[in-house]
Amino acid sequence: MADLQWPPAANRHLIGKSISRIDGPWKSSGTAKYSYDMNPPGLLYAKMVTSPYAHAKITAIDTSAAEHAPGVHAVHLFTAVGKEVTCEGQEVAAVAADTEEQAEDAARLVRVEYDELPYLVADTDPTHAGAGNFRQNSEETQGNPTQGFQQAEVVSEGEYGLPVITHCCMESHGSVAQWDGDKLNVWLSTQNVSGQGGEYAQGLSNAGINFSASNLHVDCQVMGGGFGSKFSADTWGVAAAVLAKKAGRPVKLMLDRNVELLVAGCRPSMHGKIRVGAKRDGTLVAWESQSWGTGGVRGFGVPPIPYIFDIPNYSRTHANVLTNIGAARAWRAPNHPQMCYLTMTALEDLAAKLGMDPLDFFLKNIALTGERADYYKQELQQAAEMIGWKQKWHPRGDKTPGSIKRGLGLSIHTWGGAGHQGFCRTTIHPDGSVEVATGSQDLGTGTRTVIGIVAAETLGLPLEGVQVEIGDTKYPPDGASGGSSTVGGVTSSTRVAATDALNQLLAKVAPSLGTTPDKLEAAQGQIRVIGDPSKAISWKQACAKMGATPIVAQGQGGSRGPGRALISAGVGGAQMAEVSVDVDTGVVRMEKMVAVQDCGLVIDSKTAESQVFGACIMGTCYALHEEKIMDQQTGTCLNPNMEFYKLGGIDDIGDIVVHFMTDPMYENRGVIGLGEPPVVSPGAAISNAVANAIGVRVPELPMTPDRVLAALGKGGQA
Amino acid sequence: MPDQDERHDSPESEGSDGEAGSDQKPSKGFSRRQFIKGTGLAVSASVFATEGLLKAAAPDQAGAGVEGPGAVKVQLRINGQLRQLQVEPRVTLLDALRNRLDMTGAKKVCDRASCGACTVILDGRPVYSCTVLAIDAQGKSIETIEGLAPKGTLHPVSQAFVDNDAQQCGFCTPGFVMAVKAYLDKHPHPTADEVKASLNGNLCRCGTYMGVRQAVLEAATKMTRKGGRA
Repeated sequence: MADLQWPPAANRHLIGKSISRIDGPWKSSGTAKYSYDMNPPGLLYAKMVTSPYAHAKITAIDTSAAEHAPGVHAVHLFTAVGKEVTCEGQEVAAVAADTEEQAEDAARLVRVEYDELPYLVADTDPTHAGAGNFRQNSEETQGNPTQGFQQAEVVSEGEYGLPVITHCCMESHGSVAQWDGDKLNVWLSTQNVSGQGGEYAQGLSNAGINFSASNLHVDCQVMGGGFGSKFSADTWGVAAAVLAKKAGRPVKLMLDRNVELLVAGCRPSMHGKIRVGAKRDGTLVAWESQSWGTGGVRGFGVPPIPYIFDIPNYSRTHANVLTNIGAARAWRAPNHPQMCYLTMTALEDLAAKLGMDPLDFFLKNIALTGERADYYKQELQQAAEMIGWKQKWHPRGDKTPGSIKRGLGLSIHTWGGAGHQGFCRTTIHPDGSVEVATGSQDLGTGTRTVIGIVAAETLGLPLEGVQVEIGDTKYPPDGASGGSSTVGGVTSSTRVAATDALNQLLAKVAPSLGTTPDKLEAAQGQIRVIGDPSKAISWKQACAKMGATPIVAQGQGGSRGPGRALISAGVGGAQMAEVSVDVDTGVVRMEKMVAVQDCGLVIDSKTAESQVFGACIMGTCYALHEEKIMDQQTGTCLNPNMEFYKLGGIDDIGDIVVHFMTDPMYENRGVIGLGEPPVVSPGAAISNAVANAIGVRVPELPMTPDRVLAALGKGGQA
Repeated sequence: MPDQDERHDSPESEGSDGEAGSDQKPSKGFSRRQFIKGTGLAVSASVFATEGLLKAAAPDQAGAGVEGPGAVKVQLRINGQLRQLQVEPRVTLLDALRNRLDMTGAKKVCDRASCGACTVILDGRPVYSCTVLAIDAQGKSIETIEGLAPKGTLHPVSQAFVDNDAQQCGFCTPGFVMAVKAYLDKHPHPTADEVKASLNGNLCRCGTYMGVRQAVLEAATKMTRKGGRA
């Protein structure tokens, strides 16, 4: 019988190897069809009318002109007279017309009148917030902070912050909706293919359309990025279905870029005043922080700092500043980049004040990181070796003549990454073909590929011997792709299903090989007797013995399924950055990053490495470029477009070297999610490298030239 | 480095909207690449960038009659085939391809010449099709990713993107592939530094640039069969 547990390293033919993603040709040839690309016959295009105000009461809506505009087939209202809008870009109405241009024209004919109300969009100074917008969410202490600071021989104080940034998915949010009688087909750009039924049923019911979730068909074969912002179908997803019902035609409603940046993506800001103290030998003893941030009008959670280092004495408060901006959405590793940035920068400042190499300082206090202290130690040492820390690191302030200063910085991070619950169906057909199906989704992480690798490895087949089907509600449901839960979820469900299917096959084949199923294995395209490869039949011959009915097995994944031992949770990583800073212009360049990461058993080293590359690049972008700039005078966002909401280009990124910790002590933990953890550290590591290069802290991200020059005392901060 | 003979005087070649994948200095205006390189210090530069955009988007004075506002007949030569369609003069080449011809390889992302996801090749030059009007693309050769390789086969650039995992979600990928193809047509032996300096007109959110750099060098090697420059 085939075993559930992962094969030992020596017996792995596919797992852990460098394998190109199986849907790669489809994407790079331009033939992959995203939701945005769906053009069913009779398609109408919808455009939204959104609020120009940060906060206002709607006093009148008149859609009559729009309804009679050329080409218009349906109008939908998201709200009603008397209701409030609470941020710029909030959806008010949508119009569906024959062409995109007609829909744009008609949307402009919708008359909405507002009474403006007081608003707050700036969050950098909580004293501006006033009582109504300032929510003290937590106040915690551990040990005795007062005594702790008395014991401290060196105390560092500083203010640190990161602004709100957005998701800026390349494919904006939205869908194409098409009714077929009572059945609703949606091509939805989503991270949660299997989890949309309830939202559509509720939303359509609110719009007066009787609908049962069992009649929903979601199709999302590929999606153009989500990063945590595409779990929900959102009001505009439901609106496409409502418009399609009203018009009796399919409707495409994709957010325009400005609306996407205004309302469909927000990583909460975090700012803090921090004091941290240590003994002269570097032993951390006390922490005090007052932090705040904004995640829009409903706030967001409480990110606890210090991050990772459990300093024995601390007091911390955190407040949510409620602002009239698009609401917070999970952004790759929610809260971790913020907590990491505030903590690791404050600690590095303390190390500088102590006159210690921050690597020595981190290692000195590594026991405070708790149960994974050994992992962090190994990872820091690995990263230090790879970047040449001991050779290149210098005390703060590069003394090299000239305007270009170089520096090194470090950070560590953690994440959970437990596999989600989900189901996979493996079907073995009498002709030997194999289908593996699950209602999961590929955000670009390589979901299809890891499913294929696990199924093929389990069945002893080459990768092309299995056909992977995902992205459709006609397959067994899988969990949402959030929290780096997908790889653990789908690999465990796939392993369980494929093992079960294989065991059914072995039972059918055993008599013809004159043995019992427990003596058989599937390897190298054969079913053979364990330890006696001469007694073997080909996979095709074996499958021919099953009769006319295919073998079907469904497997449950996640921590409640039979494959719970295949997966685990809790990872660490260390990153080191090397930067150059031009102290005349204030321009920072990330020259090199080293990313050392553990994530248990790596399934595909090629796509895993890409995840870490991508995270370091995304991290460099928020460290140096990205900020949603809000103007308190007008209540509007100043950069809801891609020329001023800046992402780095190919030349803005230095070299990146990735190393996975794959010793048995890591691998034996099983599969753990990887998508999020490596995006946590770059902000802190790059900021620390800049401080090391120029001798002073640039307290706020992104480290734009004006902020760098201000930190150097060379000009006012914009 | 830039080939001087690439310069054109048509509006599409003036810079801002037409520079996806080209490393040449624009003859006028301000290039998007320079603009992006100035990330963060572009407060004053942005004024020039906008001017460049406006210049580039201005109609070709010579030979432009009054068209529209209703739909007009447009004839486009796409991947060697003549296609007739009826669109309003304001319709961009991108919307004509995607909404009228169901050619959806070029993606609509920023819709204002910032990201390069809509890159197609117009008379041999990469352009942002979101900022070219369909009527202005008449009489020109339009290459889209749909015409890059015969059905069922992969162009060497597309293959190199697969082999080097130069794509994740893949939404920026067709635009990137077209920009790379246009670039390698003019610069068959780029160095790694030239590749980095020449493809800033295409943005990726997943962070695939490491793979893209390798893919461009590998595609160059395979396409010339002589090997890239040392």
